[in-house]
Amino acid sequence: MIAVLLLLALLGVWEAYAQFSGVADIVLPAPTAILTALYEDRVLLWSNFTVTAGEIGLGMLVALVFGLACAVAIHFSSTLRRALYPLLVGSQTIPIVLVAPLLVAWWGFGLVPKLAIVALVCFFPIVVPTLDALDRVDADLRKLMRTFGASRWQTFRMVEAPAALPGVLTGAKLSVAVAAIGAVFAELAGSDAGLGNLMLKAIPNFQTARAFAAVQILSAFAVALFGLLALAERRLVPWARQPRGTAP
Amino acid sequence: MLTRIGAPEAAPTDVGTELGSVSLRDARKTFAGGRRGAAPVPALAGVSLHAAAGEIVAVVGPSGCGKTTLLELVCGLVEPDGGSVDAAPAALMAQRDLLLPWRSAVDNAALALRVAGVGREPARARARALLRDFGLAGFERARPHELSGGMRQRVAFARTLLSGRTVLCLDEPFAALDALTRQEMQDWLAGALAVAPRTVVLVTHDVEEAIVLADRVVVLSPRPGRVVATLDVDAPRPRRRTDAGLVALRERALQELRR
Repeated sequence: MIAVLLLLALLGVWEAYAQFSGVADIVLPAPTAILTALYEDRVLLWSNFTVTAGEIGLGMLVALVFGLACAVAIHFSSTLRRALYPLLVGSQTIPIVLVAPLLVAWWGFGLVPKLAIVALVCFFPIVVPTLDALDRVDADLRKLMRTFGASRWQTFRMVEAPAALPGVLTGAKLSVAVAAIGAVFAELAGSDAGLGNLMLKAIPNFQTARAFAAVQILSAFAVALFGLLALAERRLVPWARQPRGTAP
Repeated sequence: MLTRIGAPEAAPTDVGTELGSVSLRDARKTFAGGRRGAAPVPALAGVSLHAAAGEIVAVVGPSGCGKTTLLELVCGLVEPDGGSVDAAPAALMAQRDLLLPWRSAVDNAALALRVAGVGREPARARARALLRDFGLAGFERARPHELSGGMRQRVAFARTLLSGRTVLCLDEPFAALDALTRQEMQDWLAGALAVAPRTVVLVTHDVEEAIVLADRVVVLSPRPGRVVATLDVDAPRPRRRTDAGLVALRERALQELRR
């Protein structure tokens, strides 16, 4: 609620500044101009939005599949932990700005390099909280399962995997924001459609309002995706929000 | 409310086989120091203990005397450094209920059955029957956080019983409960074990709990633990805390502990 009020206040200041300071429309379009662009270019924006949304959604899915596989592998094998974890951290220092054009050169203007880039930026924020949650599983619970004669796999399936679910969802939430940025970067590096592509073409054509409208849509999508994940969290892991009771 | 819960009447937990026994002979355990170069920590310095089939043996001792290590030896979670540990397969029940927060009471109780490969519905049916005997009818679908401490401990005990192990290792099972609930749970456990007999090793720092529940009380010294006294409790059951014989035994046990 307060966020909405703050946003409205900022928009008011912005509108007043754009209207009365004499700043050129192509430098800073007024919020009303962006709204107009949002409406007038809706078909164009929508068709480009579906492209970018697909890149973000599929890219995050790829990151989830590989990230979870990686977290589980590291969890099960201390050798892999020693071998993979440093590489994983190292992979985060690769500047996406540099890698993106390379990937485009390898794989063309299509979907594949976008998925690779989105997955690359989402990978780390998914692996780390997942692995943390797996590591934090109560050692006494593992002992309990052992006295029941549970196999390593049974302990994972019945105890560790459900316990790690909140971590997975936290990771997915963290990766939403970077996924959108990753997708735009990937499109800037070479693409023929998408909101990033649209921004790239709109700015040299003095259609700043259109570029702002594209940004608008992108952040609205990210917020919606985040909200969806928060909702999923509430449905899937209600226990994570409950007080821990009287257990010491 | 808890006091009105009678002892379970049916025994859906018949283990079918003979009850196992537990036998420790001069068992020793020393843990390596936490950090490199730290001195090793001796936990148990030669403990001998025997629990015959169906016997309830309580182990009392000051904090940090290696009581938990003793149970881990019995459960086969750690190996002794010396001496021998000879025990039938045992199930462990800890001070913390260790219920899985995402499972309902019935699914928590059925956990060991599921591990053993029993199908979901048959496992639930057995767990449901036992929970009903334990006065938890109507709470089968409740999540652990919706249950009181005493209820959670009863679910945990149902889970332990359903593991089918004939030896139960109880590690201060009621220490996390308030005093009143603890007494009620002790009486309740005595009733439950009368219906579904098991060989029990009960570790506690509560001397009264030991005397009320056990056939024999073993007193351990401070760390490293060794047996300083063994007291037989041959009072008939059900026992009353105020019984003169029991009170006298409690005094003796406390004296041994303070030595």
